[in-house]
Amino acid sequence: MMKKQRVNISRREFLIQSTVMGAGFSLGLYLPRGGNMAMAAEAGAAEVPEINAWVVIKPDDTIVIRIARSEMGQGTLTGLAQLVTEELECDWSKVTTEYPTPGQNLARGRVWRSFSTGGSQGIRGSHQYVRKGGAVAREMLIEAAAEGWGVSKETCSVANSVITHKPTGRTTTYGKVAAAAAELVPPFEVKLKDPKDWKIIGKPVKRLDTVDKLTGKQVFGTDLQLPGMLNAAIRACPTFGGRLKSFDASKVNKMAGVRKVVRVGDDAVAVVAVTWWQAKTALDALPVTWDHGPNATVSSASIEKMLDEGLTAKEAFTGNKNGDVKKALKGAVKTVEATYRYPFQNHATMEPMNATALWNKDRCEVWCPTQNGEAALEATAEAAGLPENKCDVHKIHLGGGFGRRGAFHDFVTQAVMIAKQIPGTPVKLLWTREEDMQHGHYHPITKCKLIGGLDKKGNLLGLHVRISGQSILASVNPNWMTNGVDMFTFQGLLPEGDHGISYTVPNLLVEHAMRNPPVPPGFWRGVNINQNAIYMESFLDELAHAADKDPLEFRRNLMKQHPKSLAVLNAVAEKAGWNKPAAKGVHRGLAVCKAFASHVAACAEVSVDKNGQLKIHRIVAATDPGHAVNPQQIEAQVEGSFVFGLSALLYGECTIKSGGVEQQNFNSYPSMLMSEMPKVEVIVMPSGGFWGGIGEPTIAVAAPAVLNAIFAATGKRIRQFPLKNTDLRSA
Amino acid sequence: MAKLKINGKLVEIEVDGSSPLLWVLREQLGLTGTKYSCGIGICGSCTVHINGTEVRSCIIPVSSLDSSQEITTIEGLSADGTHPLQQAWEELDVPQCGYCQPGMIMSAAALLKNNPNPSDADINANITNICRCGTFNRVRSGIHLAVEIGKRRRS
Repeated sequence: MMKKQRVNISRREFLIQSTVMGAGFSLGLYLPRGGNMAMAAEAGAAEVPEINAWVVIKPDDTIVIRIARSEMGQGTLTGLAQLVTEELECDWSKVTTEYPTPGQNLARGRVWRSFSTGGSQGIRGSHQYVRKGGAVAREMLIEAAAEGWGVSKETCSVANSVITHKPTGRTTTYGKVAAAAAELVPPFEVKLKDPKDWKIIGKPVKRLDTVDKLTGKQVFGTDLQLPGMLNAAIRACPTFGGRLKSFDASKVNKMAGVRKVVRVGDDAVAVVAVTWWQAKTALDALPVTWDHGPNATVSSASIEKMLDEGLTAKEAFTGNKNGDVKKALKGAVKTVEATYRYPFQNHATMEPMNATALWNKDRCEVWCPTQNGEAALEATAEAAGLPENKCDVHKIHLGGGFGRRGAFHDFVTQAVMIAKQIPGTPVKLLWTREEDMQHGHYHPITKCKLIGGLDKKGNLLGLHVRISGQSILASVNPNWMTNGVDMFTFQGLLPEGDHGISYTVPNLLVEHAMRNPPVPPGFWRGVNINQNAIYMESFLDELAHAADKDPLEFRRNLMKQHPKSLAVLNAVAEKAGWNKPAAKGVHRGLAVCKAFASHVAACAEVSVDKNGQLKIHRIVAATDPGHAVNPQQIEAQVEGSFVFGLSALLYGECTIKSGGVEQQNFNSYPSMLMSEMPKVEVIVMPSGGFWGGIGEPTIAVAAPAVLNAIFAATGKRIRQFPLKNTDLRSA
Repeated sequence: MAKLKINGKLVEIEVDGSSPLLWVLREQLGLTGTKYSCGIGICGSCTVHINGTEVRSCIIPVSSLDSSQEITTIEGLSADGTHPLQQAWEELDVPQCGYCQPGMIMSAAALLKNNPNPSDADINANITNICRCGTFNRVRSGIHLAVEIGKRRRS
């Protein structure tokens, strides 16, 4: 165990090979110590003892927990603090948090590891090492107290930031021994708690970041004020792949507040002014000519043709295969065939894209809401023409992320390009909603043809799923592809893993004919489970009806090898009262999916009146995320996932005309409102033994549960989205 | 030059009269709790009160205002964050990202002013703010809880 020695090491870094006994495997972990880590904004912070990278304790017993992932509403800040607190054994009421910067992470050998906040990874991707960070700090604090008392640390206990010497009853607090603890060598081994001993993990504690959001005090990227700061409004070529030809700055140079009109890269122009409103007003008046480039004739119709061709093309990538589908379908007594279509969608975060940059020839700093500080730093350095160690990014609270602010930092690149043309002056770039709507990285477009075969008893013999459409990775990150295949495309339909299919189909073939239209795709909250679960869950409903079977029973027969998925499905069916009749005029639909390693299911209750007006009355949802760190925040994420998923189902569509997106704002790209929100009943049923994501999985089941209920209500099977384009009046 | 009364204080601002109230609040008065999101009066992130009635400040030119009107922003809703809605919001952990919440709270406050005990149908009809995180059900519960908190305070 830990060696007792006091050495002057606080300004050096250590590589610690440690064995996390609780987990039964070892991992190499950098735990550099000391350094002037404390946030620059905090005067005198350098004197505040840093126990390790994750934990700083002030003399007044305030605990500062460092959070590497970004908070964008999903509650990860609070959940991660709970994880550290659990092992640290500190007083939760004294816990505060702070973000280290990606520049600090770089300087300290990536001590905080990944900053990336996507793929529902915040907690499940870092629970092990953040808990270890808390445990290591705890051991050092106990040792410091024991040393101070001249007793053995084994005779001390700790709870709630108070260390007690058991034989004498003497006590001290973390704040009092923090400075001494910071000088100690961290233990080589720590044992993480058994989940049965958890005290704060699993508790529905309140979020740590609520109060400032109620008074207007919370600073978002758009709210940032720096001394001498100017504001910029930007317009990029509305055609994807188009370029900026020219602009006539003389027409706006004399307008109120205008300081400069600048070219931004190949495809955009920005006006820099004293206030943003002045910048935007001048930009609206600025004559601009574009070279619309090679995509000027691309339209929704031309993209549709591309996708249709892929549905029957000879060649396609295989994502999941077992048995012999061709033979099975030939031998089927009954076959069912259907083609579905899912559109482009914009993330539409409430806070439009923005970033503030300050460029000097030897240093560049950026302040921005980002889901990935490290990627933002990379974008900053590249645009600044400086090495990363001469740049830094200060993360600001996000007004929504949903994937838009993770893999893409186009707004950072632009802000730096603008600031570079006004050295020494901070410039805040803010996009208009219209700019945001037209320059997204959209939910990929796909179509899907499914053919299923039934035997004479109505059992599923074989299923052929052919997806045709866009690959996110081909555009965003080809390095993540596997021999040219985008395995992300198959989320929810894969043989196994975090996005494994929830059914055992005796003869199965899932394929992807990659067709990439020139509209930039992106990771959009839920990513490819959104459409894949619609395809799969709607089509299983079609098959169940073709087999004249109850949709729940039909699914259950295919789920014997998938007990955890079956458990969440059974839970919603039971709570919704699937086997009892619903209220008059109300109809039910089911959906289940495994996504981001969690098992989720939903049962929706809807009615459709004679005018085709849909009302979603109630949704019962169940989630098994393995471990549930904060159940009340899981409930919030599940409810929110229905809003995101159902907004997409009801309204979400970006159409393409002349190579650009037609929608401009929330009038042409609506989002669900309060009056459309169903009652949501959430069952959180952690079964232990694994860590699943929370922020995204439920989106998968939102739309198909409602679609299946609409079929039950109207006999209409909807295969094109969004619903606003469909007449729901009974046939 | 515009003369306005904001959160009880008279202010004089050098500004082009066509500037929307939202940007005057945010950029000239430093009241950044009121948010920009759509700029066309739809989403409600910029909601403030004028004489107790909710308005979308992104489409109100300052030239249409004068100092006889009481303009209230989220910063002026209560002196110390203790408006029943703010307390209810805290108790229920309503916000997620929080960007739309100042507007959401101001819309709810205007509703309660005119209708001290709104039904779910009243809430549906009056709260038309967009929230992409999806806090609607907690917003609804928060409004009902704020009514209770208000009653408790009065009794």
